[in-house]
Amino acid sequence: MKGLKYALLSLCVAMTLLVAPSAMAAKSSFTMGIVLEPPHLDPTAGAAAAIDEMVYANVFEGLTRIDKNGAVKPALAESWDISADKKVYTFHLQKGVQFHDGSKFDAADVVFSFDRARSEKSVNAQKTLFKPIKSVEQKDANTVVVSLNQATGSFLFNMGWGDAVIVDAASADKNKSNPVGTGPFKFKKWVKGDRIELVKNDSYWGKPARLKKATFKIIPDPAAAVSAMLAGDIDAFANIPAPETMSQFKSDPRFKVVIGSTEGETILSTNNTRGPFAKLKVRQAVAHALDRKSIIDGAMFGFGTPIGTHFAPHHPAYVDLVNKFEFNIQKAKALLKEAGYPDGFEAVIKLPPPSYARRGGEIVASQLAKIGIKLEIVPVEWAQWLDQVFKKKDYDLTIVSHTEPMDIGIYARKDYYFNYDSPAFQALMKRLDATVDVQERYKIMGDAQRMISAECVNGFMFQLPKNGVWNKNVMGLWENSPVQANDLTEVYWAK
Amino acid sequence: MKIFLFKRLITMIITLLVASSVVFFVLEILPGDPAAVMLGINAEADTLAALRAELGLDKPIAVRYLGWLGDLVQGDLGISYTYDVPVSELIMERVILSFPLAVLSMILSTLIAIPLGIIAASNHSKPMDFLVMIFSQLGIAIPNFWFALLLIIFFSVFMGVLPAGGFAGWEAGMIPALSSLLLPTIALALPQAAILTRVTRSSLLEVLKEDYIRTAQAKGSSLRRTLWRHALRNAMIPVVTIMGLQFSFLLAGTIIIENVFYLPGIGRLIFQAIAQRDLIVVKNLVILLAASVIVINFIVDMLYAVIDPRLRGTQNV
Amino acid sequence: MYERFVEVFSHGMKNRNFVAGGIITIAFFGLALLSYVWSPHPIENINISDKLLSPNAKYLLGTDHFGRDILSMLIMGAKNSIIVAFVAIGIGLGIGVPLGLVAASQRGWTDEFIMRFNDFTLAFPSLISAIMITAIMGPGAVNSIIAIGIFNIPVFARVVRGAALNIWKKEFILAALSSGKSKTRISIEHVLPNTSSVLIVQATIQFAIGILAEAGLSYLGLGTQPPAASWGKMLNEAQTFLHFAPQLAIYPGMAIALTVLGLNLFGDGLRDVLDPKLRRNR
Repeated sequence: MKGLKYALLSLCVAMTLLVAPSAMAAKSSFTMGIVLEPPHLDPTAGAAAAIDEMVYANVFEGLTRIDKNGAVKPALAESWDISADKKVYTFHLQKGVQFHDGSKFDAADVVFSFDRARSEKSVNAQKTLFKPIKSVEQKDANTVVVSLNQATGSFLFNMGWGDAVIVDAASADKNKSNPVGTGPFKFKKWVKGDRIELVKNDSYWGKPARLKKATFKIIPDPAAAVSAMLAGDIDAFANIPAPETMSQFKSDPRFKVVIGSTEGETILSTNNTRGPFAKLKVRQAVAHALDRKSIIDGAMFGFGTPIGTHFAPHHPAYVDLVNKFEFNIQKAKALLKEAGYPDGFEAVIKLPPPSYARRGGEIVASQLAKIGIKLEIVPVEWAQWLDQVFKKKDYDLTIVSHTEPMDIGIYARKDYYFNYDSPAFQALMKRLDATVDVQERYKIMGDAQRMISAECVNGFMFQLPKNGVWNKNVMGLWENSPVQANDLTEVYWAK
Repeated sequence: MKIFLFKRLITMIITLLVASSVVFFVLEILPGDPAAVMLGINAEADTLAALRAELGLDKPIAVRYLGWLGDLVQGDLGISYTYDVPVSELIMERVILSFPLAVLSMILSTLIAIPLGIIAASNHSKPMDFLVMIFSQLGIAIPNFWFALLLIIFFSVFMGVLPAGGFAGWEAGMIPALSSLLLPTIALALPQAAILTRVTRSSLLEVLKEDYIRTAQAKGSSLRRTLWRHALRNAMIPVVTIMGLQFSFLLAGTIIIENVFYLPGIGRLIFQAIAQRDLIVVKNLVILLAASVIVINFIVDMLYAVIDPRLRGTQNV
Repeated sequence: MYERFVEVFSHGMKNRNFVAGGIITIAFFGLALLSYVWSPHPIENINISDKLLSPNAKYLLGTDHFGRDILSMLIMGAKNSIIVAFVAIGIGLGIGVPLGLVAASQRGWTDEFIMRFNDFTLAFPSLISAIMITAIMGPGAVNSIIAIGIFNIPVFARVVRGAALNIWKKEFILAALSSGKSKTRISIEHVLPNTSSVLIVQATIQFAIGILAEAGLSYLGLGTQPPAASWGKMLNEAQTFLHFAPQLAIYPGMAIALTVLGLNLFGDGLRDVLDPKLRRNR
């Protein structure tokens, strides 16, 4: 028995010695951990953030692109002219661009891509982005004219989304499993449930990528993510799903820790027509009962910015409404009594898999219990969440992070899962769509933020941080997530 | 013997049929529409209907069941809903991890259990026997996933010599691959070894009581000699049987261990497929696992009958 | 009945396994009972500012990531384990025992049918089936009880049938038969009481298996749900803290291992004491 133990132990040691050197070599390849596996790889046919997180800017490109600061930059469109009434955009395309399969990129591809996204049969997840478009015409091989129904302030930004990338007619239908784009990386291989491999595109039209090979390793489990990072199996995690380990990574000289911002408003989504939650006073009581500091400390280990409305705090139009409904149990109890529930009531909270939701849900349940609202916790998988909560709206409360940029417009959707139907808010959004002047837009955005905050449509909790951890020799990764992307085009190894 | 074999064969086929229908119909009531999952949150009603038709989800349930059975018999496992690739391909990608893992832990547990069982039996009622029995009791009581966590704490956290999880992949080379399988193998092997040790020990003691052993000993053969010469071979019959039964369960039993170490194996595939409502994967994997257990049971029964003809007359005692 | 108890107990006191296992088992049950009247801290109370403390005077075993007292959670976890394992055994006994008795008294096709059903249930990898069941019905303590209970049915059916077959050969049964009693009545009045020792031993073993299964399911997130405490769930939650708070993963595992060890030893001892004929080489 004893001998066996020693034998095993020395075997382990021997193995590690053999393994160690191989991990040190090869610095032109890069492995990045990601939490969610994409359902497929076509950004023009799915809402999943995981798709964009792999292919945006790496494999596929649009006319414009959004850079690491959230600014609009030229991409496949070298430059553009905008008519005086802001309704006609003339895009001048890059010349000599090739798709990965060797076919030529020209204006016809742009017309095809946009028409496909706008068509009746389109499965594009963000069809609204294309709604303002009246027509897309090819002027010559390298010029496209896009006419809009009305001036749209965010049009160039919108065309930089992953949903608006340019695809080739010949390969478009196969992009789900074999994406063919114009980007600096080519798709190589997808081992389902494990990893997706990209390789450098040697005939890229622009500044070539510095990496020869990039791998996205799918690791949904927080503990596994931490282990893989510590073991050096993974070079970077753009957003590691275990905030509790950040301090450990910070103290480890091998790693660089970068806490950035995301577009993810993490909210206690509320069914505005269900039972007690249909009453404004009940929703206000909930807002007063939420101790955001405890939630952020407990669920995110202190990482996260409290929010008082559905808007990213780093956006210039953000209005700080956190203290509008401060943490105050007495006020919450009083409001609940006024609403006709002096002894509280029972409700169900459905929690999707991410730890911010599962942990946050436990804390929220314990906080609401203090004012008499007893929550039954029901964990659900994403598939069930989509079906029960999102589609059938069969829920009282849930916790989810809305990671799309500038998505306050969802509160104007009547059939959205919040069941929030406010003609005033819908009118406000209509006005926003029609407004081009930036300051005027910001003002409307501010009004919108105040409106949903006053009506306590949802429990607004915190802005999801981007807890980035990477090997200290890795350079050029994004610190923030202005769009859902892991842009690897600038990444290189310092040594 | 022929009648016995025939009867067993028939019952095995019936069992397989019942198993397949249970799996099929149980999965039918699983909440969550696979088409809705595939299309995501912004799907329109007509797109959904089209996809449901494409997947054959709109046909009557009996037609789908028979169609599935027919495909299964021909070895066609269908196309995964979520990944859009043949299910058999997905399974093969995982089997290359789970199967070696099961084999390795089988080997390891045998290497630990047989010597320990022999040591205990040849030192019956002595301190050594007692020690081995304590090991075996502990091995049975410790949940393998907790043992796995302990291994991680010791080898990965404190000593930092082995990865705490993940699989390097066979293409990364034998040594990285095997080293990522080492801790899982140990974690899986321990409870198996504990059970096997017990079986080895008690069946050895049983055999040692038999007359011919006593005769051999009376003739002056030493205990050790008798043990090796006569007892071991006879005692191995129940041990091998248990090993056969354990193996099929090992393949399925890796599910928790694969979760602890985050290994992309069969167990995780099932787990993940259930979560994603990839019913076609779940259905086929569960039936394949159940079938392998049923078939192994059948083979073990047959072997028993060959070894011990007395069993042929009686039934299921 | 009382005399029988005294007899078993006095025999048992001479049996090493019985004594050691008994002490652990009693301690475990005591802890669970204690939780009904008292635990050091309420576990529903999430107190973030006290998170991840090391053992101290206020929290004897320290706190977890929500600032909950580990000791209290272990105590509540004991209660949870017992309830799950108990009810699961209830399901196994309630359905399995009648099946076994019917199989033994009717023989023939009924017997064959019941035994095939048994084989069939056992042919499914139990963990995967349990995962399927909890996936269909949703995770939770009740559903994990059902998932575990279902697999107790064939076990008890088989054990009772085996014991009952032997009893049916006994003379007093033949006497009862000739006096005109129905098979059902004989099964209940004469056969069942005589299988009790086998049943008690098997129940102890299934209890241990049930605790392991509950821990496994809860570890996978399919069993007991918050805010209830479960040893398996505690292990699951501890896993991301392995690198800087490994103690979180030590205590619940020790609780599981010790309890299962106690129950197994107790079961072995009980078997020796209750039925010397069943005694194996140990």
